[in-house]
Amino acid sequence: MLEIKNLHARIGDREILKGLSLTVKPGEVHAIMGPNGAGKSTLSYILAGKDDYEITEGEVLLNGQSILELSPNERSVAGLFLAFQYPIEIPGVATMTFLKAALNSHRKAKGQDELTTPEFMKLVKGVAEKLNITSDMLKRPVNVGFSGGEKKRAEIMQMALLQPSICILDETDSGLDIDALKVVSEGVNALRSPDRAFVVITHYQRLLDHIVPDIVHVLSDGRIVRTGGPELALDLEKNGYAAYVADAAA
Amino acid sequence: MAAVKETVDHVLSIDVDKYKYGFVSDIESDVAPKGLDESTVRFISAKKDEPEWLTEWRLEALRRWRTMDEPTWARVDYPPIDFQDLHYYSAPKKTAGPKSLDEVDPALLETYKKLGIPLKEQEILAGVEKGERLVAVDAVFDSVSVVTTFKAELAKHGVIFCPISEAVKTHPELVKKYLGSVVPVSDNFYATLNSAVFSDGSFVYVPKGVRCPMELSTYFRINEKNTGQFERTLIIADEGAYVSYLEGCTAPSRDENQLHAAVVELIALDDAEIKYSTVQNWYPGDSEGKGGVFNFVTKRGDCRGKNSKISWTQVETGSAITWKYPSCILRGDNSRGEFYSIAISNGRQQVDSGTKMIHIGKNTSSKIISKGISAGRSSNTYRGLVSVGRKASGARNFTNCDSLLIGNKCGAHTVPYIESKNASAIVEHEATTSKISDDQLFYCLQRGLPQEEAIALIVNGFVKDVLQQLPMEFMVETQKLIGISLEGSVG
Repeated sequence: MLEIKNLHARIGDREILKGLSLTVKPGEVHAIMGPNGAGKSTLSYILAGKDDYEITEGEVLLNGQSILELSPNERSVAGLFLAFQYPIEIPGVATMTFLKAALNSHRKAKGQDELTTPEFMKLVKGVAEKLNITSDMLKRPVNVGFSGGEKKRAEIMQMALLQPSICILDETDSGLDIDALKVVSEGVNALRSPDRAFVVITHYQRLLDHIVPDIVHVLSDGRIVRTGGPELALDLEKNGYAAYVADAAA
Repeated sequence: MAAVKETVDHVLSIDVDKYKYGFVSDIESDVAPKGLDESTVRFISAKKDEPEWLTEWRLEALRRWRTMDEPTWARVDYPPIDFQDLHYYSAPKKTAGPKSLDEVDPALLETYKKLGIPLKEQEILAGVEKGERLVAVDAVFDSVSVVTTFKAELAKHGVIFCPISEAVKTHPELVKKYLGSVVPVSDNFYATLNSAVFSDGSFVYVPKGVRCPMELSTYFRINEKNTGQFERTLIIADEGAYVSYLEGCTAPSRDENQLHAAVVELIALDDAEIKYSTVQNWYPGDSEGKGGVFNFVTKRGDCRGKNSKISWTQVETGSAITWKYPSCILRGDNSRGEFYSIAISNGRQQVDSGTKMIHIGKNTSSKIISKGISAGRSSNTYRGLVSVGRKASGARNFTNCDSLLIGNKCGAHTVPYIESKNASAIVEHEATTSKISDDQLFYCLQRGLPQEEAIALIVNGFVKDVLQQLPMEFMVETQKLIGISLEGSVG
């Protein structure tokens, strides 16, 4: 599904990814953990196509197709979704309007007809309810004045609507209290399916109590330095990243 | 050099697509010879078969105009206009005389149809059955009004809606009383020029206590080459009356600049309300700044009566140069003035626009919401005056000017003037300047929106407060227009 091969990337003179490789198969949930500054968020931005980075080597395939030449919206339509660590505010644009524009862009790109307003409303209401998103919230401008929990729930709602094949969750647990964490995790778990994969980027193990990964990777200094099962996350929680930071520096 | 030629053709095709009203109608016109002197004024006056007092009024304006200089204080830059190298009158030949729809040249009807303005009442009524709102239209083509719809229906309510040239004959007492009473003959260079050579425009009178039963609208079209359009609009809402009026403007894409110098006067008597909306989409010129309309307009409303209200809403997307300050004179006690503006500039467009709120009466209030969006290499200036007179106790103003920049080659400027001679006045001014952030754009793209749709969405969010002031039908149209105006603004 997602294949990252020997990816090198830099911002300005600073090399951030230094030969990162990762293969994610349909249905799998991969967790990427690592110390601050390891390149976790950079990886998510690069996959989504943010143009601040220069890719110097390597390739990224999504369902066998190279995506590095695609624009961010083409990647989105190809099935890649990024749940942002800090969802962006768009003043004056109602969440509902935004969702409709996003959904219709996907449909248009796939040659499908745009949804009618009643069809769309029905779809959104169904998804929103499961995430405790009120109709009042849907009327408010995108992420403006949303609490941390509301922002993350809104991200998962967008994910549920767009039905991506690969979901990248960037520090989705940051800024969440335990109740919000539960709602968000349940939302994510409900989307798990044999033909969809997840890459969960997180600093802390606690998210992985709720979204249980199949495979855990440690990212340090721009590379995957260790891969294991869920027990690896527990080990990290206990012993910290010190060993890996030292490894990478060595 | 094949590649160069190809590029040129490609650019041309984009421009034509982008400004979809750029076609020229091949209509035989009756054109005044180039140049401006007394004989030109007499020619226009004679064409319109005007009474002597109006001819004299025009000639007085011409005399004043000759002593005046073109204003240079606005932040716009353009080559000098040779006022002797223009035609001051152009009218489609076949529509002289009474204007019933059957007599209108089919080519003209076709033009308006292409612009999406139905002029056949049956067609409009068919639209109403489908849920569209009833709108009466006065269609002005170059220097004359070609047709006005629903006059009979409006007359039943005592509402007069007709070309001003007709009102001069049918309601001379009203025209004589109010013409030039808000914008005096010698008000400014362009208004004075307009007073001398004004051609046509709309006249509206809503009698005491009448709420105008439908939206009124005028659709201005400049077609003829090297012709100035000098329309004159006069709207009077008598005591307790209400009227909502909308004007739309387009012009063909031409390499030469076209001059448009209009004057609009609004008068609201006691307890009356006038809502005036503009969607200005004159040809903006090509991306290199060639061609386009020079839009020098004086619009002013007089809240003459107590508790009266005048509200200006403008969406400015067109013209090479926009010089326009719709204003309110808050003369009546408790009167209110509002100005809502969206000004979008792209390519090489230059906008210097804003408002003046002149507080004279007691407890008058005004509100200014201005949203400027600059893209390409354009320059966009808000220039506004809030003035509180000595006797205007309890005056209240709130101003909010927001500017949004797209790309890094455009400019936004805010020039507010505030004068208060009354200590009890409260004047507030808020201003922000922001850029569409890369993060916002990236977020939208990540959700699948193509770049241009993403920009249109963000900009529509930015201007939402003002959009909501527009009549429903035009809100949707304006949202689309914003998207079209900003095409190619990034990258």
